[in-house]
Amino acid sequence: MNTATTHDAHHEEHQGGLLRWVFTTNHKDIGTLYLLFALLMFIVGGAMAMIIRAELFQPGLQFVDPQFFNSMTTMHALVMIFGAVMPAFVGLANWLIPMMIGAPDMALPRMNNWSFWILPFAFTMLLSTLFMEGGGPAGGWTLYPPLVLQTGNAFPFVIFSIHLMGISSIMGAINVIVTIVNMRAPGMTLMKMPLFVWTWLITAYLLIAVMPVLAGAVTMLLTDRFFDTSFFNAAGGGDPVMFQHIFWFFGHPEVYILILPAFGIVSQIIPTFARKPLFGYSSMVYATASIAFLSFIVWAHHMFTVGMPLAGELFFMYATMLIAVPTGVKVFNWVSTMWKGAMTFETPMLFAVGFVVMFTIGGFSGLMLAIAPVDFQYHDTYFVVAHFHYVLVTGAVFAIMGATYYWLPKWTGHMYDERLGKLHFWLSAIFVNILFFPQHFLGLAGMPRRIPDYSIQFTEFNQISSIGGFAFGLTQLLFVYIVIKTIRGGARATDRVWEGAHGLEWTLPSPPPYHSFQTAPEIK
Amino acid sequence: MSEAHGGYYIPHGTTWPIIGSIGLTTLLAGAASLLNGASVGSAMMFAGVAIMLLMLFGWFGTVIRESEGGMYNAQVDKSFRWGMAWFIFSEVMFFAAFFGALYYARVLAVPWLGGGDEVTNQMLWNGWQAAWPTNGPADIGGEFETIPAWGIPAINTLLLLSSGVTVTFAHWALKKNNRGALVLWLIATVALGATFLGLQAKEYIHAYHELNLTLGSGIYGSTFFMLTGFHGMHVTIGAIMLTIITLRAMKGHFTPDRHFAFEAVAWYWHFVDVVWLGLFIFVYVL
Repeated sequence: MNTATTHDAHHEEHQGGLLRWVFTTNHKDIGTLYLLFALLMFIVGGAMAMIIRAELFQPGLQFVDPQFFNSMTTMHALVMIFGAVMPAFVGLANWLIPMMIGAPDMALPRMNNWSFWILPFAFTMLLSTLFMEGGGPAGGWTLYPPLVLQTGNAFPFVIFSIHLMGISSIMGAINVIVTIVNMRAPGMTLMKMPLFVWTWLITAYLLIAVMPVLAGAVTMLLTDRFFDTSFFNAAGGGDPVMFQHIFWFFGHPEVYILILPAFGIVSQIIPTFARKPLFGYSSMVYATASIAFLSFIVWAHHMFTVGMPLAGELFFMYATMLIAVPTGVKVFNWVSTMWKGAMTFETPMLFAVGFVVMFTIGGFSGLMLAIAPVDFQYHDTYFVVAHFHYVLVTGAVFAIMGATYYWLPKWTGHMYDERLGKLHFWLSAIFVNILFFPQHFLGLAGMPRRIPDYSIQFTEFNQISSIGGFAFGLTQLLFVYIVIKTIRGGARATDRVWEGAHGLEWTLPSPPPYHSFQTAPEIK
Repeated sequence: MSEAHGGYYIPHGTTWPIIGSIGLTTLLAGAASLLNGASVGSAMMFAGVAIMLLMLFGWFGTVIRESEGGMYNAQVDKSFRWGMAWFIFSEVMFFAAFFGALYYARVLAVPWLGGGDEVTNQMLWNGWQAAWPTNGPADIGGEFETIPAWGIPAINTLLLLSSGVTVTFAHWALKKNNRGALVLWLIATVALGATFLGLQAKEYIHAYHELNLTLGSGIYGSTFFMLTGFHGMHVTIGAIMLTIITLRAMKGHFTPDRHFAFEAVAWYWHFVDVVWLGLFIFVYVL
């Protein structure tokens, strides 16, 4: 059964065929599974976005009925958040954290397998609801009652699929924390860890703290629907607004779960291509921790219009604005790292710089939304949609793509096609702005989100946005092509891959042996 | 088997997780079908539970064999400890969601509904007065009585607190390598836990049949039964784990300085103990 693929003495355990991937306990195999799963879900969720943009190309109803349209917005969000971005980050964590801290593998390898292998089941369950009586969930990914309680047969399946995703995330997060606290090579002190490891440590803490709260919230929905409870029913003394509080207590830290690892990635890429050490390493660590702390006390800024005491509105407004301080520290540090650096702009660097610019645009529109009286105007409009797509697409997704180009040569041993990579970046960067920038204007002009029809004065901006959307979607097929092409072959990558790269993962061969550090590396 | 860094055990290939995924999915898909009124649901649920049990026995069995076979060094032990600690933290946060709901309803939502916020009161249920316990302005589920704190719940508090003490005695016995005392104190702990569960069941029957206090008794019934119910479920799980630990202790597993499984279960038991204290204060006494 020897698949003579590595120079490693310990390759005897490679199982042949597909079952290798089902039974594997190896962090690299599992990382690959996570990343491929995320790519698949990115395409599925992207296809849903194409349906949304096609329907919105013109006012009136064209292609799909409103119920299905609402299913698409709901599912697009659930698939992209829980199926694409989060698994992609966990995949990166699996591949990179053991190599970055000089560990032989993740701390709990069997559980690692389980946290991945729950996901295909969870998403099969979630996606199957589209074909059930009454259609898929259509009340938005935030699952607000009482609307969500009107979902048809899909309802309990949606709830249980969210439970499954939560179990997977919690196990993945526990594994990351345990690996970081217990598996570091001697000499790898906390303040020597690469920032990607730091941001993931804090992300994992957030995950363990809030995924169970989401599980509790959706469990209450389930019992309200099927077991006569009155959590969200005012007639019984409950309150539908209570769901929003519990949900956003999860939901706000969740948005940092979706961005902190991206901060980590960018903090790895920029120093490499600026050929300077990261500016303000320790302030980066403290800023990440501050963001994580603040993320727990800002949740109700998602609910300014729902009815809250004035003191609540003010508290959540000011607390939210405070987040701009540590985030500003980060942006300042990235820019300072590039200042007077010997910069080159390979594809990962293009994505990282694109991230810094465009994520900051998303951050600024977030600051606008944080102002309670102004949010009364913006709430539930396309301005919000534009805002969170700037942070999630040009933020999280761009960082993941940058990470893919940055580490793919390490993982596969092959260089990607630099010409195609740059083309992919520029097409993505141009089209993503054509896609989302006009949505700011649509929102400011008052176009509500999650509605398949709109007044005719919104037509031009919607058409521009849709054209950008289709082009951005097509461009991502190029990404898939580049990744597959690189896996299958290409110029040999050196061990260090990038001239300015520092860190333990670059001391290993490309591709690295099946088990990275059989003996602990020496940390300088 | 490959070893690294002085023998950190890394298993190669495992069948249990995929079996667990299949079991869990079958169980949940069955439950969802049942809730939708499909009769196939209950059969699926049973199949799912059976697969899950197979997985749990198989997976834990493998780990116990490896542990007793001396394959785990101190670093592996530490990984397990960190893992268990964070798992318990996740459980704490799960209960926090329900305690949060209780707090929000009692301190904010119900008073607003009952006149604390004039507009809400006038628009929704003009004239309704806030009170606790309540089943809401629509009197959902009909009139009900609550269970007084200083009857069975107080006894249950004593039972669980004592079981926290007995499990500590068991730990001391294990550290002194006194296996007889270890097993006895463990049995005492399980017995206290089982008595707690018995009394809790009696109390539920009493509530449903004589007090008309049900899961459907508005926000009070919802928070009361969901909090105590999830707690009871955790006591049950804890008691099962304690039983297994007792059986393992009788078989001669664990040494005075290597007994992670014992400690993990003891931590878990203390955790359900502390949750109960929170319940006793916020659900029953206040």
